[in-house]
Amino acid sequence: MYPIVRKEKLADKIYLMDVMAPRVAKSCLPGQFIIVKMDEEGERIPLTICDYDREKGTVTIVFQTVGYSTTRMAEYKEGDSFMDFVGPLGCPSELCEEENLEETRKKKIVFIAGGVGTAPVYPQVKWLKEHGVDVDVIMGSRTKDLLFYVDEMKAVAGNLYVTTDDGSFGFHGVGTAQLEELVNGGNHYDHCVAIGPMIMMKFVCVLTKKLNIPTVVSMNPIMVDGTGMCGACRLVVGDEVKFACVDGPEFDGHLVDFDQAMKRQQQYKTEEGRAMLKLQEGDTHHGGCGHCGGDK
Amino acid sequence: MDVMKKVPVTEQEPKVRATNFEEVCLGYTKEEAMAEASRCLNCKNAQCVKGCPVSINIPAFIAEVKEGNFEAAYQIISQSSALPAVCGRVCPQESQCEGKCIRGIKGEAVSIGKLERFVADWARENGIKPAPAEKKNGHKVAVIGSGPSGLTCAGDLAKLGYDVTIFEALHEAGGVLCYGIPEFRLPKQKVVAKEIENVKSLGVKIETNVVIGKSVTIDELMEEEGFEAVFIGSGAGLPRFMGIPGEQANGVFSANEFLTRNNLMKAFKSEYDTPIREGAKVVVVGGGNVAMDAARTALRLGAEVHIVYRRSEAELPARAEEVHHAKEEGIIFDLLQNPTEIMVDENGWVKGIKIICMELGEPDASGRRSPVEIPGSEYEMEADTVIMSLGTSPNPLISSTTKGLETNRRKCIVAEEETGKTSKEAVYAGGDAVTGAATVILAMGAGKHAAKAIDEYLQGK
Repeated sequence: MYPIVRKEKLADKIYLMDVMAPRVAKSCLPGQFIIVKMDEEGERIPLTICDYDREKGTVTIVFQTVGYSTTRMAEYKEGDSFMDFVGPLGCPSELCEEENLEETRKKKIVFIAGGVGTAPVYPQVKWLKEHGVDVDVIMGSRTKDLLFYVDEMKAVAGNLYVTTDDGSFGFHGVGTAQLEELVNGGNHYDHCVAIGPMIMMKFVCVLTKKLNIPTVVSMNPIMVDGTGMCGACRLVVGDEVKFACVDGPEFDGHLVDFDQAMKRQQQYKTEEGRAMLKLQEGDTHHGGCGHCGGDK
Repeated sequence: MDVMKKVPVTEQEPKVRATNFEEVCLGYTKEEAMAEASRCLNCKNAQCVKGCPVSINIPAFIAEVKEGNFEAAYQIISQSSALPAVCGRVCPQESQCEGKCIRGIKGEAVSIGKLERFVADWARENGIKPAPAEKKNGHKVAVIGSGPSGLTCAGDLAKLGYDVTIFEALHEAGGVLCYGIPEFRLPKQKVVAKEIENVKSLGVKIETNVVIGKSVTIDELMEEEGFEAVFIGSGAGLPRFMGIPGEQANGVFSANEFLTRNNLMKAFKSEYDTPIREGAKVVVVGGGNVAMDAARTALRLGAEVHIVYRRSEAELPARAEEVHHAKEEGIIFDLLQNPTEIMVDENGWVKGIKIICMELGEPDASGRRSPVEIPGSEYEMEADTVIMSLGTSPNPLISSTTKGLETNRRKCIVAEEETGKTSKEAVYAGGDAVTGAATVILAMGAGKHAAKAIDEYLQGK
């Protein structure tokens, strides 16, 4: 069992948990992810690693309640335990590998974090700061209430630019607009890392292609085992089929087929909706989910 | 009783079992087992033993069954096999022990698999367990993967007194026995979990949720955690696809994904959270045991199921019994046919599949007649789900993170066949990680050979 030693509500529907998982904490690096399974009946849920404490043996995860399983997960409290917690999975971020440091130090780097994508961006920026690399970070959300980790990010970023779509905090507009403004204002970037919803990563890539800035994205497709066995997470990168769990999760954003990746993410939408309905209606559930036959 | 024929075994009616996940074959009763055992000629130069990858003393255990001494029969089997209740169910007996049976020359071979299964089931129901080692020798060995090769290697080493820990990447032990082979062929709680309990009762520790190469490397296990030898039984890896247009569409799955969702994650039970696609018309591409498992699973979830295979029935790589069961249940076999494209609707979902007919040409390097396309024979079939069952290619996680571990052109780990010895000192390997996708019993044979070699290596140190 893997106990939750800290739980915090970071913003509306966004939660943070520190989970005791010494083997994962000992070996994980920024860019990698874990898979959590709540209990016997639970799904295997992949989540990127937001932070880790090798001494305490804890790993920090941040998640947003979007469907049945994440909503159920948000009900877990400090002191509760997850049945399974496995990782680290996937390849570490190339920027955060010691052997690449000399190259990395020469580059002017910008990170763009969208929504809950702030969570996986944070450990990379923190790692780079610890290794003497200051990077610019643009972090955005729909509105002020959904922002989190602003102070934490400020502490590790070179320059931090916060954006909200509705203008309730910081720059009024989306991350790409902020990037365009920075570039137009004379800032030059050699490398961009974009992490967030697929649609946001897609638009960042459209822009950076135009601006000629090489861009890395972190893909979060549907997965089952996460160890290179089931092939659910396959995506087209350039002309090749890649598996996000062993080849990724980071890929050259200019080569990713986002339209197909977004379609693949819809694959279990109906099933997910049914499960959600069952959860919301609880004992009052009398069919409509298409599964139980309660309406027949 | 016709001595030329096998005592028939009771099975669930095809129409009934096509709608449930209960076991298909119900096994012999005591009386049936004893009657079948009496058909054994007890050959002095037993050919059946030569056909068994783990060399079970088959005539000896059958002789005990004939007399009703089931516990003695069990002890004879467990000298050679750690998983008899599994092997009795999933081994391709017709090409191994039973394929060599002298009875089979004129009549039907002795039903060795069903007898093995009976003995193992009897032992489990009567609480008989294999005997653990009397004395521990204090040497630590790590086994990577808790599938058939890993469990066998660990069990054999534990019987010799070693302190064995198995590291499993998934949340449940059993490897392909859990995620791959369906409940209706191999019950998980009743059979797999109990056989794993038996291995544990020999003193083997199992640590789940540890991905070797990621959570910890082989070098770290040896340098920091005190393991003196390592056996790699990590199994097969990434699923293969055909490379035809439309393959990334929604509704196209690898057999591994489809089976893992159903078997390991138990998607067929409503109280489990993992979703699965219950197609209306499912096409399974491929003709191996995994293809049969995927097809019969889709059938049980309520679909009409077609198996599309590019060679003819004679070349189907699946066990004869599985093909027979699949047909009985209503799976439609479209043989000598091959997909050329998956048709996709405007929302990205599968709507059909384009297929071309094939004929058999000259034998290829493997000696099998290779299929050749018949020009102009293309046609379209409606389908909402396609399951690709074309085998797997090796998983790179261990080979890419272990210094000095040699792999071959196909990226499989290079290991000596007789011993499992790899290019790295004190590291042994076996099963699908070495051979590519094969059978449970071949993996067990490799685990057994490696256990013997590891023992010799550590005793000689």
